[in-house]
Amino acid sequence: MRGLFTALTVALLLGGAGEARAQALVADLSDHLIAVTTGFVGTELLLFGATDGDEGDIVVVVRGPAERVMVRRKERTGGIWVNRHNVAFSGVPSFYHLASSRPLTDITSPRVRSRHQLGLDNVRFGGLRSPRSDVAAFRQALIRNKRRDGLYPNDAGDISQLGNRLFRTAVVFPSNVPTGSYTVTVYLLRKGAVVSAQTTPLVVSKIGIGARVYDFAHRNSALYGIASIFMALMAGWLAGAIFKRA
Amino acid sequence: MQIYLPIAELSVNIFLFLGMGAGVGFLSGLFGVGGGFLMTPLLIFAGISPAVAVATEANQIVASSVSGALAHWRRGNVDVKMGVVLLVGGFFGSTLGVWLFSLLRGLGQIDLVIRVSYVVFLGIIGALMLVESLRAINRQRKPGGKRRKLHQHNWLHGLPFKMRFRRSKLYISALLPLAIGVLVGILAAIMGVGGGFIMVPAMIYLLGMPTATVVGTSLFQIIFVTANVTFLQAWQNQTVDALLALLLLAGGVIGAQLGSRAGAKLPGEHLRSLLALIVLGVCARLGYELLARPDDLFSIGHIVGQG
Repeated sequence: MRGLFTALTVALLLGGAGEARAQALVADLSDHLIAVTTGFVGTELLLFGATDGDEGDIVVVVRGPAERVMVRRKERTGGIWVNRHNVAFSGVPSFYHLASSRPLTDITSPRVRSRHQLGLDNVRFGGLRSPRSDVAAFRQALIRNKRRDGLYPNDAGDISQLGNRLFRTAVVFPSNVPTGSYTVTVYLLRKGAVVSAQTTPLVVSKIGIGARVYDFAHRNSALYGIASIFMALMAGWLAGAIFKRA
Repeated sequence: MQIYLPIAELSVNIFLFLGMGAGVGFLSGLFGVGGGFLMTPLLIFAGISPAVAVATEANQIVASSVSGALAHWRRGNVDVKMGVVLLVGGFFGSTLGVWLFSLLRGLGQIDLVIRVSYVVFLGIIGALMLVESLRAINRQRKPGGKRRKLHQHNWLHGLPFKMRFRRSKLYISALLPLAIGVLVGILAAIMGVGGGFIMVPAMIYLLGMPTATVVGTSLFQIIFVTANVTFLQAWQNQTVDALLALLLLAGGVIGAQLGSRAGAKLPGEHLRSLLALIVLGVCARLGYELLARPDDLFSIGHIVGQG
């Protein structure tokens, strides 16, 4: 039984290696970890890769971890603008960046775009709680707000190709980039169809003092509150003491 | 130089915030006001979310009121008994306030309530200060005006549960300072202020306390009420950004000391009218944002938990 299992594993591994050799697409990121440190002002990663040499188009999609978002609409009430209507969306990518070697509409059919969720219009949000008829307006507003925050950069990312083999593209992450596990998916398209795809993980994580403060505040909220008060008491007392002597 | 604020979750210019702390600190030292009612709107203008601005400002006020209260304590200007009665009301009010804050936040209305509260209170306080300072300037020009009576008796003195406050030379109902404490506590929680700008006039005009003990006693009370707000906001809403508070208080503590020194030398009434204009300016800006049609009627907010 055990021997059979080992043989199977070996066979699988060999099979896997063979597949890798024939792979039409390989890609990697210049870094797999974005460290959000105290001095973080945003960053840029390089995504690069190679194809097997035949003609083809490349599409790169970077998706942040899914989140739930409440979209609210203001209405004028008694002279002032008040949030009156809301729709909750789930499965919303907290960050979405798309780059393509040629305009997306030139290289893909609507069916392919919808199937692979290429482009913000095709990203599917889940768990719609509201049966409103104007949900589409809320969805558009969500995308518009995310875009304004720099988290859904315009679909203008371009990919430069060298010969028919190498390609590279830069992905810009703003300083307010959400933390969590990202997926970077590279698609190779030929004649409008996806012939190969590769997903690379990317982690955005708070590092250093900021990360410790954040963890402390969320894991030990009560203790964090007491520590904040203590810090303020000490600072106030210290200032009083220093300036009394001066 | 940029610094990433861990709770506010954005990168800000360190000098802008140190400067804001120092500027507001200077004004608060100069006029003996807490400064929270200027700092919280400034933080909101600078892009900090109102929820984080309010909670963090409460934390900063703990620090600024400690150094102020200590100075008054040394001069014997704190009526501890009165402070404790105010404080009991303040604890109750601020706990209620934080609960309201969480509730309104869940409903998506907290930004609106913060803004409306500011417009109302800044409008009233700014207008009163302006009138008062203009009158004072006039009085200086024409000396020999009428003096106000020290104590005036009215229905407030008929309330039960009378207590003697030796330090303030008062024998009044404890209900009155309790009620003031509750009101100020609610404001502290929702607006991120110490509430001195409400409490000081209330203590003078409603309680009839001598002006010497008013500021020290209100600062004494503010320490504990803002500490309670800080604790509850940190615990329930995780909106206290300690790093931001540290930046603000580093600037603020120095600014306040310089301000209180400058205050002794400068023509107070003219500056007070200037402060009134600043307050009204902030009020007008917040008010305009409420009345003007927003660029985008839609806004988005996180729902806590994974999607």
